Amino acid sequence: MDPHLVNLVYLLAGILFILGIKGLTKPKTAVRGNLLSSMGMLLAVLVTLLDSSIVNFSYIVAGVGIGAILGSVIALRIQMTSMPEMVALLNGFGGGASLSIALAEYFARLNLDIASFSDLFAKPSAEFGAFGVGVEGYFAILSIGLTVLIGALTLTGSVVAFTKLSEIMKNDYSLPGGQIGNGIMSAASLITVNMLIIEPGNTSAMIALICLALFMGVFLVAPIGGADMPVVIALLNSYSGIAAALAGFILGNTVLIVAGSLVGTSGLILTNIMCVAMNRSLANVLFGKMAEGGEAIDADEIYAGKVTSAQADEVAMILETAGRVVIVPGYGMAMAQAQHAVRELADAMEARGTVVEYGIHPVAGRMPGHMNVLLAEAEVPYDNLVEMDRINPTFDDTDVAIIIGANDVVNPMARDEEGSPIYGMPILNVDYAKTVVVIKRSLSPGFAGLPNPLFAFDNTLMVFGDGKKAVIDMTTALNQA
Amino acid sequence: MEILILLLALFVLALFLGVELITKVPPTLHTPLMSGTNAISGITLVGAILAAGSDTSPMLVNVLGFIAVTLATLNVVGGYLVTNRMLSMFKRK
Repeated sequence: MDPHLVNLVYLLAGILFILGIKGLTKPKTAVRGNLLSSMGMLLAVLVTLLDSSIVNFSYIVAGVGIGAILGSVIALRIQMTSMPEMVALLNGFGGGASLSIALAEYFARLNLDIASFSDLFAKPSAEFGAFGVGVEGYFAILSIGLTVLIGALTLTGSVVAFTKLSEIMKNDYSLPGGQIGNGIMSAASLITVNMLIIEPGNTSAMIALICLALFMGVFLVAPIGGADMPVVIALLNSYSGIAAALAGFILGNTVLIVAGSLVGTSGLILTNIMCVAMNRSLANVLFGKMAEGGEAIDADEIYAGKVTSAQADEVAMILETAGRVVIVPGYGMAMAQAQHAVRELADAMEARGTVVEYGIHPVAGRMPGHMNVLLAEAEVPYDNLVEMDRINPTFDDTDVAIIIGANDVVNPMARDEEGSPIYGMPILNVDYAKTVVVIKRSLSPGFAGLPNPLFAFDNTLMVFGDGKKAVIDMTTALNQA
Repeated sequence: MEILILLLALFVLALFLGVELITKVPPTLHTPLMSGTNAISGITLVGAILAAGSDTSPMLVNVLGFIAVTLATLNVVGGYLVTNRMLSMFKRK
């Protein structure tokens, strides 16, 4: 097929990707946008299959078959609460694909076949010309090196993120040597990239680079846990895009560059939104500790004798007369699978004429937008899901704020106590509502490890117990009233 | 060299376009945005197909191409399907 025509089709595919993301700017047009984007993908793949250099279709058919079957099974069966795990896996696959392409291109240009393990270390007498002459040659091998580095790091980092999110790995581990260890590994991998530029045929350097990058992915994500996961997932999302764009430079392929940069910026913007919503720098999330520097705060002193607990039917009595209620969900709602129960409570209140809205903090849950997807699954209309900046001014006119499974994002210390480690983090001002109802198992601290003075406020009622059961009890009591 | 400059220009312009586009996506759609962009990054399938299907390259290249095709297809199919599943749940009253 005429290469010019192929490139024109790639241009069309790129346009469809852009229109697809544009569709995602409104829930109404989003489904169509996703469809347009998938059409672009189909076009790009079909036109590539017509390329005359492709003679052997067996590997392609096998790979597409396995990938399509596995992909559809996972996508159709995964629970909405497990969406962070799914995205972590997809990030990893993306990184792995870019890594494999870079290695394939590397060995193809060296024309090197590996029959035994020792062949890997036999230096082929490759001419520098295999990668192009002058600047182009340097650039080609640099692109390959960087794609290998970022692709491998994304692969293992995402796998570790997946095992953490699915709670296969329960503890946080850090590299011996901490930040210094990370620094040494980054420096070493850049040195190996440099060695490859000087001598592209140095397969030992390539193998060292692969190993270093795989290790770096593990050690980058292993120390990070809990509420910091949204940042990590968004960052790995960005890396998978950057790796694809770099692979585009290796192959001189325009559509890879366009699509990869769109994905790369998307991940970076989300990473930034998450960091701003926690008032922390990216470096602090990756290498620091949440509550660093803060003096120990005595939880007993804050809570002693001031916590009011209530039963579900008492809360229902307050809800009976409430004109406006705001529900604030957190990761605990996902853990308790309580999203359907929450929707039913909201239905019961709305049936009595109460206005119900949901206040969503950007970092609630384990990935950006996690709560919104769960509540959409429970058929909550998206107009009722209100972001932090728009819901905060309404708390003064709110009768009841119900907090289910959220803690740090409603901690007034972040707003009021200058010495506190989370001071400056934007929060939902739920304590401005007339009554605050907190559904929680115990008074245990959230991810930040800090006590929450909100629990001891005069207008706060604590409902202790399983989130789902407590909400169902409230609904039952409200329906009987 | 000219091609290299053109590719770089394309890359930089696409980054700017990405910033303009993505900042307009509302927080409520951030999870579908991530899975949807995951599907788009499966565009590496194009490069993977070229590596897996070439007959002039050593066997190792085909095998690496096969791995890349499998992973990229997982991204494309899994990503678009799960995004579609999520997006069709977002409804108005």
